[in-house]
Amino acid sequence: MPNPHKILLLDDEEDLLELYQDILSQLPSRPEIHTSNSGARALALIESEPFTMLISDLRMPKMDGLQVLSIVRRKFPQLRIVVMTAVVEEQYRSRAYAMGIDLFWEKPRTAEEISLFRDCIESLLGQHEEGGFRGIQSKSLVDLVQMECLSHSSSVLKVSKGEQQGNIWVEHGEVIDAATLSQGGEDAFKEILSWRNGTFEILPAEPAHQRVIFTPYQGLLLDFAQALDENRVHESSAQTAATDTQFLTRSPLAALSCIDGVEFVLTVPADEKSASDSWGLENAGPVAAWTRRTQKRLRDLGEKLHAGDLKQVEGLGLQRHVGIASRGDTELCVGFKRTLSADQLYETLKNISIKWAS
Amino acid sequence: MGLLNLFTKKGVPNLAQLASGSFTVDARGGILASTLPHSFSPLHMSEIAFAILEIFADAKQAAVPLTELVIRYGGFKITARALRGGAIIFLKPKGLKPYNS
Repeated sequence: MPNPHKILLLDDEEDLLELYQDILSQLPSRPEIHTSNSGARALALIESEPFTMLISDLRMPKMDGLQVLSIVRRKFPQLRIVVMTAVVEEQYRSRAYAMGIDLFWEKPRTAEEISLFRDCIESLLGQHEEGGFRGIQSKSLVDLVQMECLSHSSSVLKVSKGEQQGNIWVEHGEVIDAATLSQGGEDAFKEILSWRNGTFEILPAEPAHQRVIFTPYQGLLLDFAQALDENRVHESSAQTAATDTQFLTRSPLAALSCIDGVEFVLTVPADEKSASDSWGLENAGPVAAWTRRTQKRLRDLGEKLHAGDLKQVEGLGLQRHVGIASRGDTELCVGFKRTLSADQLYETLKNISIKWAS
Repeated sequence: MGLLNLFTKKGVPNLAQLASGSFTVDARGGILASTLPHSFSPLHMSEIAFAILEIFADAKQAAVPLTELVIRYGGFKITARALRGGAIIFLKPKGLKPYNS
């Protein structure tokens, strides 16, 4: 059985997250639904495990939806992105589409709108494996080049895939030059065509641009088609290596942040000069300082009272809960969803502490 | 007696048998009410209260506002609930040997 699609819902309103989680978990493809109530937490989740789709609100405190989208689009070009928001001003819609999102939805309110929303999400999940470039779904870059050449257009195709960027200059239906960050000419053209997905823009022609490629576009595309099979093999092995590398190099805190109910994880060395490490926290500095001060105060208090070693501290709040545990000279501060009960908070922090120590 | 010593746990820290009960403090740490025994030092009560109030205030500034704190020591548990700037603080010792024994 293939792996289910994984959808990440990002909204600062917990009630809405629960509602959409219910709605989307009943889709025919039975996707796995994860939720986040902050942009930082969402980014941490996307970095720690692969998702098929991100459904994000736009208006959120601290890091707003557009900021999250710009980061996600750049770092995870293959991720489908749906904006679902109460902000319906045209400028937001345009900006979101310019960032390469797949769908812009006003938050559904009626049963009919919810049904339509479900159908659209299901359809978009179905398109996941097909790849393609944003703006012309299911079209490969070869198709785009062919379309430009067959119509004898003059333009510059600006193609982006994550941090990779490339330009293809088309003049009167012929490819005259291409460039990526590392290559130029035909080599760059082949490199760009090997990107199976990403975003593209068609820019105005640059008639003064010097012609470097003299092979007709049909020849270029034929060469590329022959090399494609080889590229697929290389791409497949490169992807595996990239995934392994990502897994090995990602923060060890990522594993802790995936535990149910956890919003952020922060490690704070006792030495104030040493930097703290965080996962899912937008502004770690003040929380790190609070953790350090709190632990010091409570240790001093424990000594005065002869109360024994400080084991752990749990704090319950209306926005989120926090817990602090120690290992050697390092403090671990964990943020939890406010929906956790005091007992759940105690148990989860204890388990995290054991996992962290091991 | 030597035989009995074999069964005596070694390395148990010299923990105090602290009082069990609760007390309420205002926003400045002044004690308003207490169910703790008179033998429990008011100085200790003040120290606990100041630490708790500072942690609540500090947490608010660090954008993690809290309404309740549970502090677990090896031999003692302190639970504190924020109360209009002040706090109600519950002390609960674990079953350890008496402090002066």
